[in-house]
Amino acid sequence: MGSRVEILNDGGYRSDGRRQFELRDITINLAQQGQADGSAVITHGLTQVLVSVFGPREAKMRSQTIHDRANINVEVNVAAFSTGERRKRSRGDKRILEIGSTIKSTFEPVVQTTLYPRSQIDVYITVLQQDGGLLQACINGTTLALTNAGIPMADFVCAVTGGVHSTSALLDLTTLEENDVPHVTVAMMPKTGKVALVTMETRLHVERFEEIFRLAGEAGKVLHKEMKKAVMGRTSTLVNAMGSRGSGVDRDGDEQMNEL
Amino acid sequence: MEKITIRKRPRSEAVITQRKFFKKTARGKVIKVLRERYLRDDVACGIQNCIACHSSLDSTLPVAGAPHPLFPDGHFVLPDTNVFLSQMDLVESPLFAPPIILLQTVMEEVRHRSLPLYNRLKALTKMDEKKIWVFYNEYRSETAIIREENETPNDRNDRGIRKATEWYNTHLQVTRPPIRGQPPPKIPTVVLMTEDAANRQKAEKAGMSGISVKKYVENLPEANQLLDLLSATGSDEIEPTRAAGIRQPLYPEYLPTATLIAGVKAGELHQGHFNANQYNYLEGNVPVPGFNKPVLLIGRENMNRAVNGDIVVVEVFGESEWKAPGDEVVDQDTTLKNDDVEGSEDEANESDDEVTARESRLTKSEETVRAIEKQPTGRVVGIIKRNWRAYVCHIDSTSLSSQNATSLAQQTVFATPVSRLLPRIRLRTRQAPTLIGQKILVTIDRWDVNSRYPEGHFVRALGKVESKEAEQESLLLEFDVRYRPFGKAILECLPPEGEQWVVPPKSDASPDWRDREDLRQLLICSIDPPACQDIDDALHARSLPNGNIEAGVHIADVSHFVHADTAMDKEAADRGTTVYLVDKRIDMLPALLGTNLCSLRPFVERLAFSAIWELTPDAEIVNVRFTKSVIASKAAFTYEEAQIRKDDPNQKDDLTQSIRLLNALAKKLKEKRMKAGALNLASPEVKIQLDSSESSDPIDVEQKELRETNSLVEEFMLLANISVAQKIQETFPQTAVLRRHLPPPKTNFEKLQDILLKRKGLRLDVSSSGALADSLDKCLDPQEPAFNTLVRIMATRCMLSAEYFCSGSVPRDTFGHYGLASPIYTHFTSPIRRYADVLAHRQLSASIGYTSLHPSLHSKSHVERVMDVINRRHRMAQMAGRASVEFYVGLALKGRNEREGKGGVREEAFVIRTFRNGLSVFVSKLGIEGLVMFKRDTKFDAENYTITVPGATSRSEGVTVAVFDKVVVNIEVEKDKNTQRGKVKMTLVSPVDSSGL
Repeated sequence: MGSRVEILNDGGYRSDGRRQFELRDITINLAQQGQADGSAVITHGLTQVLVSVFGPREAKMRSQTIHDRANINVEVNVAAFSTGERRKRSRGDKRILEIGSTIKSTFEPVVQTTLYPRSQIDVYITVLQQDGGLLQACINGTTLALTNAGIPMADFVCAVTGGVHSTSALLDLTTLEENDVPHVTVAMMPKTGKVALVTMETRLHVERFEEIFRLAGEAGKVLHKEMKKAVMGRTSTLVNAMGSRGSGVDRDGDEQMNEL
Repeated sequence: MEKITIRKRPRSEAVITQRKFFKKTARGKVIKVLRERYLRDDVACGIQNCIACHSSLDSTLPVAGAPHPLFPDGHFVLPDTNVFLSQMDLVESPLFAPPIILLQTVMEEVRHRSLPLYNRLKALTKMDEKKIWVFYNEYRSETAIIREENETPNDRNDRGIRKATEWYNTHLQVTRPPIRGQPPPKIPTVVLMTEDAANRQKAEKAGMSGISVKKYVENLPEANQLLDLLSATGSDEIEPTRAAGIRQPLYPEYLPTATLIAGVKAGELHQGHFNANQYNYLEGNVPVPGFNKPVLLIGRENMNRAVNGDIVVVEVFGESEWKAPGDEVVDQDTTLKNDDVEGSEDEANESDDEVTARESRLTKSEETVRAIEKQPTGRVVGIIKRNWRAYVCHIDSTSLSSQNATSLAQQTVFATPVSRLLPRIRLRTRQAPTLIGQKILVTIDRWDVNSRYPEGHFVRALGKVESKEAEQESLLLEFDVRYRPFGKAILECLPPEGEQWVVPPKSDASPDWRDREDLRQLLICSIDPPACQDIDDALHARSLPNGNIEAGVHIADVSHFVHADTAMDKEAADRGTTVYLVDKRIDMLPALLGTNLCSLRPFVERLAFSAIWELTPDAEIVNVRFTKSVIASKAAFTYEEAQIRKDDPNQKDDLTQSIRLLNALAKKLKEKRMKAGALNLASPEVKIQLDSSESSDPIDVEQKELRETNSLVEEFMLLANISVAQKIQETFPQTAVLRRHLPPPKTNFEKLQDILLKRKGLRLDVSSSGALADSLDKCLDPQEPAFNTLVRIMATRCMLSAEYFCSGSVPRDTFGHYGLASPIYTHFTSPIRRYADVLAHRQLSASIGYTSLHPSLHSKSHVERVMDVINRRHRMAQMAGRASVEFYVGLALKGRNEREGKGGVREEAFVIRTFRNGLSVFVSKLGIEGLVMFKRDTKFDAENYTITVPGATSRSEGVTVAVFDKVVVNIEVEKDKNTQRGKVKMTLVSPVDSSGL
């Protein structure tokens, strides 16, 4: 165990220089991506996912239509180059399917699907880089892409991973930490304070759970501010571009959308 | 409430905030690893009242630094990694106390190079006396650096250290700007302390001050004492090594590490712990997984600078070169008496040859060795890990060159370790004359190919030889016993009421009474050795209306006071066990708990953890339950008192009846256990009679007496341990703390079986523990009642030792306890003196739902780590206890000698081993083992384990002595004239007087 990295050292720093309750750097790009109706690229540290949303549109297959609401279809694709070891994952990979279905069930109650009966909303997630917190990045990215596509939702869904190293809680884990530390991913809705998803694959002591759960909820609120700012920035760019006093200033690093 | 924030990492700085490297996996795949790093501005400098870094209240560095003759404005020391790697003893010395800035880079490098040193360093940073501040330079934006193209990791770290030094110096200047009208403030210097001359030069070029450890220490007022602590490794660049350079290498060089690892992997080389032979300093062995028998190493070259305990890699010779272990006693002191310390003069070369010749004569083995005794033989080709520590030594007075008793000149002397397993150490000191006749602590620094002996440096003096304090401390150090008084943080974990703490009156609201059963009315008593203060078990028994018997074992509820993850818990885990020496007890827990609050003293209420069985009169368990309880012991008996009370037919009170009841059950339990194949082992146990508790002068030695009541207590403790083991294993199959005793490999018994067959015509069946127990019972010699005990002692030595383990880390079918013939076992009954019991208490308490289990006890790796420590401590504590008895037996013998006049003590002894030139005998009355050496030629018959000693006069017939023969020996304690090391010397009196031989 000698050469292993210390998860949390005596000075209270984690292996990447963060403290216990510091989240990784987050960047959000809401620019138009190809044909998608809404898309988002979100980066948590070195984890990056691209989410594209199509719809609501007519379902391709009649069998998949639901008569009173829209069907959400989530497909996850992990790029072969996303991890250090180049590895091609087939679409039928159970882990990937699981992430997809987790996201689907997270968003079904949040998206106002009843407004679009007999239609389908397609969410395509491409994982570009992985360094821990894959699910949280996918969920946050999906929230942003859906918002960007103008699909009505009850609230934002903000997800954060929390873990516990011996007795001290950590937030937003990297791969290194995820391998070593039991962790929970919590997706919450900041306005109502409701929890959309709690998922855990490792064993965590019952008594630690409460603290982690609470902290991850708090962290969700912090993330919400960041995500809201990005959405507001993007929207005001678009509004400015459409309106008369369009300054054309690119506020969010987005491409200029003068043709709109 | 913790503040949750998002750390920003500017993309433009990706070069320094992101790190990319390639890693090769065990399978040979290459993986790209990308890591990020968040640089910050809030990493504190650790200097008190710093205006820029206002966050830290716990800053440790004084504002003005520390005075040093070379730095009039005060200074802070910023040491390089090599300072800690080579001069740890200096840094640990209480005399060396400058404010130290410890960089993260340095910490990590130390960890990478040596884990034990890293742990020592970590312990240092936590000490209050030392002013050490850990500066996380890799996370501070100004001091973080990245590795440049073609830069070695070492150079990168050196650059990082210089950069941090530079930053500190500017930081000090910036935070103390000159104020107009006042004299410019004194700005202390941050000094880079390094042994690396190149690094120093680079630092000076950049305008920083760099200094070597030696130069720094020389200018301190305490230089004389501190200079001796300097390790020899650092001396290379300062003074060119003596003539040693031109000398012929005495040892082969080690192979490179990569070759070693590849060789071990391929099965060509073998890795294992090196064990020196205590009878013959030119022989050692390495048990390796590849062979049934350990690999034998004969001679200095083949042992190739391995020191006892090192992890070495050996190469095994072809089978034709295999040899049997030597059967001669070779004493290092006598053989190498005249070896010169310097070993560099011309004449010394001569003596070198002489020594070599003498030694090669000693290692030359007989050609007529039986094939059965042949062992794989080989040589050490490399060292994986040195396990060097500080050794207790004596200075060899003959090696002193200067006779001037006050000379402070530096000279080289020999230090002879107390342990026979270690080689002599060459040592340079300025205090040689004052150190003679003292016990001192010496660390080995290095062992070069051209040096016969390892080189070391002086750590500290322990005191006069044979003074009890020095002997005691040296013993504790030698067995690595933690004996320092408990620190403040630990004592703060004790209940604030101190001695006045009592069990609160019973009420539902009291947290102490929560879920506790009130057993105060039960007739509970404790039975212990005389003068026992830490009473951790008490018993009761009563008949039930249905004809069954209720028996209870009540154990001190230590886990009520010692909570997981506190300073006290950590210390107890580190100490592992209480160590009992003859005149001193080194506690695992502070005395307040051990001898008062937890101790189940009579007539007071105490918290307990009870195991209560319902047993049939035939001692079959009907059911068992565990509960936290409050008890009030009615009496504390000694074994003797309890025995007398039980045997006295006039005593008819309830308490006595309950002892009788317990005794009846214990007998049945024992019978059942024996039937199941439990072993009745023996170890030489003696008791030292002390004059009075103050003087602690031993008067006499006597053998421990065993009574029926000893066995009573033992049986119930075993029962409790087994019941608890089953329960916790059931509840926590992955992390239960258990104890096991593996069955010994059959080969261990081969020699004993052979001796028994040849000498006594007895057969030992070792196919199972039951068979062994039976055949041990049959090992009787009608004339010699002690013979059976002797065989048992020897059989015990053939076995493996029992160990603690974590239930999830070994296969289920290896849980068994061989000696007790129980499928599962743990330690539960002595939580005051053993840490494993404390863990078992916590697990049991969780399994009955009283408390929840601390997360650390859910973690297999954590439990495994703790088990490793306590297994080691347990072994060491046993050895320390034995060594302490041995020392007192020596003192007692000396006392008896003086009282009874000259000539020594005569005792009967059994021969347990024969050598070519001596006998190893066991004196059962004193419980000691000794060597009888013959200087004159003897006839040795290895086949039949006999040695024929010529008669006292040259005419008379020789006398043959064999293993298991009873002899009479004369025992004296004599001091080695040179080293003042006390030694038990035995000479044969009967059947033949060997004093003239």
